[in-house]
Amino acid sequence: MKVSYYPGCSLHATGKEYDQSMKAVSRALGIELKEVDDWSCCGASSAHSTNFDLSIALSARNLIAAEKDALDVMVPCAACFNRFKTAEHHLKNDKNLKAKIEGVVGSKYQGGIAIRNPIDIIYKEIGIDALSARTVKTLAGLKPVSYYGCLLLRPPEVCEFENYENPFMLDKMMKALGADVKNWSYKTDCCGGSLAISKTAIVVEMCDKLMTAAREAGANCVVTACPLCMANLDMRPSSGLKLPIFYFTELLSLAMGLPGASETFKSHIFDPQPLLRELKLI
Amino acid sequence: METFLEEVNRKINGVPLQNCYHCRKCTAGCPAASYMEFNPNKVIKMIQNGQRDRVLNSSTIWVCLSCETCITRCPNKVDIARMMDVLRQMAIESGIGAREKNILKFHEAFLAGIKRGGRINEPMMMVQYKLKSGDFFSDALLGIDMFAKGKLALLSPRTKDMQSIKDIFEKTKHS
Repeated sequence: MKVSYYPGCSLHATGKEYDQSMKAVSRALGIELKEVDDWSCCGASSAHSTNFDLSIALSARNLIAAEKDALDVMVPCAACFNRFKTAEHHLKNDKNLKAKIEGVVGSKYQGGIAIRNPIDIIYKEIGIDALSARTVKTLAGLKPVSYYGCLLLRPPEVCEFENYENPFMLDKMMKALGADVKNWSYKTDCCGGSLAISKTAIVVEMCDKLMTAAREAGANCVVTACPLCMANLDMRPSSGLKLPIFYFTELLSLAMGLPGASETFKSHIFDPQPLLRELKLI
Repeated sequence: METFLEEVNRKINGVPLQNCYHCRKCTAGCPAASYMEFNPNKVIKMIQNGQRDRVLNSSTIWVCLSCETCITRCPNKVDIARMMDVLRQMAIESGIGAREKNILKFHEAFLAGIKRGGRINEPMMMVQYKLKSGDFFSDALLGIDMFAKGKLALLSPRTKDMQSIKDIFEKTKHS
């Protein structure tokens, strides 16, 4: 299949491991990615927290750019995904707003392409059986809890993510790779990412709570699909509580034995390599 | 003369706040409630009571993480997360500003980054935030580690059509 690809700002910087592993996994699974032409930032929390029209217009500019390719757009970053789905929701349900935003952006919004996150694409278009079949290195000994965070799931009317209070797609994918996935009650809790820099003390407490819960569940790592959760959980927990955090695509890449799979582990702030070496996975 | 409640409802442009029957499910699920001056349910009550200044001056509206758990679980579909956005925007537009100054300064530095390059260059954005907030030393070691691991590129590709970005900011400016 072919989709257009909106990496967003994080995937070119703090989330580069996500971009690299997403591209490798997509290539291996036959998902062709065509980057959206001349994309710009989605506006993230800072736009919607301070200026509604700006937040919709910044996302609309990218949706309009993506529509030129007439392909569904894959949005790996949970924050960009959330902003695009929110903009789509408002533009489709509020004619006056749509006219106003089209005036601001200077082009028409058609609303004809689907905004999709890669969990959904890989789970539904590729499927669990295909992932099992492609696994050459079983992730034995890896005990992840899956962490979906907020932005892929909420609000449910906007994000249209299955089982938003107890999602399972990441869990099933990790099981398909041979990981011993642990169940826990914090799959969809917030890590505090939006205030990580401006209100750090609160966020450290929130991350510590998550790490403690993951440890109590018997996990030795956390798997996520959000670069903001990743950055936050990788950097903010207190030192004794940290666990290796992985993008789900890094683990797909590792299990499928893709070239360069172990490269992305080197740039994590909390080094996951000792755990992976101990388990003889790298 | 529009009341505070009417003004907030008009700006939310969805389910009116009167539909809240104060079950406090929003507050029970809110991960930031314990850090807030007034919990989310209390904010709704205060709006219903017309306490404009106390609400717009509160730290609550800035501490809200926009995690959207409240709207997800509200049995009456009151969009509390959107309400918090509306209140923040009202605090800015009315000149009250932000009780949590650094949170607004972060948002301003972030948006200035988009205005400058179309995309966020994280090191530039952080420098701008630190200049605005005066908070120079936190995360310095982390920044060095990130830089060493190639997570912070000093030069990153920008959006080419910067005129379109400038137009968006110009045409959506707070009046």
